Amino acid sequence: MNQQLKPVSDDELHAYVDGELATERAAEIEAWLAAHPDAAERVQTYRQQNQTMRALFDPVLDEPVPASLTATLARRSAPWARAAAVAWLAVGGIVGYAVHGWQTPPAAATLFAERAAVAHVVYAAEVLHPVEVPADQEQHLVKWLSKRLGKELHTPDFRGFGYQLVGGRLLPGDKGPAAQFMYQNTQGARLTLYVSTPNGNTQPAAFRYEEQDGEHVLYWVDRELGFALVGEPDRARLMDIAHTAYQAFNF
Amino acid sequence: MASHPFEPYIPRLRRYALALLHNRARADDLVQDTLERALRKFSLFRRDTDLRAWLFTVMHNVYVNDVRASARRHTEIADTIEAAVTTADDATTLRDIMGALERLAPEQREVVLLVGLEQLSYEETARVLAVPRGTVMSRLARGRERLRALMSGEASPYMRRIK
Repeated sequence: MNQQLKPVSDDELHAYVDGELATERAAEIEAWLAAHPDAAERVQTYRQQNQTMRALFDPVLDEPVPASLTATLARRSAPWARAAAVAWLAVGGIVGYAVHGWQTPPAAATLFAERAAVAHVVYAAEVLHPVEVPADQEQHLVKWLSKRLGKELHTPDFRGFGYQLVGGRLLPGDKGPAAQFMYQNTQGARLTLYVSTPNGNTQPAAFRYEEQDGEHVLYWVDRELGFALVGEPDRARLMDIAHTAYQAFNF
Repeated sequence: MASHPFEPYIPRLRRYALALLHNRARADDLVQDTLERALRKFSLFRRDTDLRAWLFTVMHNVYVNDVRASARRHTEIADTIEAAVTTADDATTLRDIMGALERLAPEQREVVLLVGLEQLSYEETARVLAVPRGTVMSRLARGRERLRALMSGEASPYMRRIK
């Protein structure tokens, strides 16, 4: 049976170790290795090398980060924040969800978060029609919603967090239309990004975190648009995803 | 609490820096320089790029320009190993691989670490190092074979590759 197999190259052995092969080819090579003990031993050795390196250096991941390094980030006025820096400084210089500096959030902001949460609860549970325009018409979706909201919108790439775009829909907001982009991970968990003209202050405002209807909502104001992310239960991850969304709209 | 988009990536940058330099103080200096440069360059960050891979790219550039070019590496293997060791057998293997990693050509070491330790894909590694994918694969193959030879005692421990 091995005669029919495409010869296995050296590069392919490494790609096999590193999970870079298509499933089919990986399965072929696995079968081939059973009949080629020398190659199998090399594969085993390469894997062992990776494991040993991780055993050696992974403990670093659990160490507390030296204060000097976090201070480097805090000290600098980061270029990524520059666009909104003035307003963010006005609310305490924080660009984070550490909301110590915040007093009671303005009612309008809470209302915005609530609308986003409700939209999430309603449509994320929808099996048949979660979106109006599916992701395979992404360009059309972005163009259409940009036109309706009168602002240039984007569909941020959240694949780094395991979320693929499902599509989007138009919704009524407080002061006009709102856009909802829906994402989904392989476990079927859904994340929505809600974008609308805020009904209160349109000045840029820092990320703020709230729980609404049992959903974790992170929201902020930027470019005269209000943004809300709903659906990711891990707060730190939600923050990272929000940064990705922020970047998508700013770079 | 994460307050800056770079912050969640600091532990991984520290791990990679330590694996490259085998010296804690110098590794954290490299992370510091990387963060500072990344802050200055962040406006050039493209939104379709993965932030993690981009930070590794910045670190690679700092490493090549500042660290690798100028300074000789000093090793302080002991404390790193101590943190990871559970048995005496482990200690020997870990010490071996650190010694072997040190003897790799720097460009092979980077590929072996980015793929094997940091689990970057070949594509990502190629982008980080600004080399073609084929170059990543050949450096990886040579680096791993050399590690294998060094760790099984096939190559002389005194044979150092001079760059």
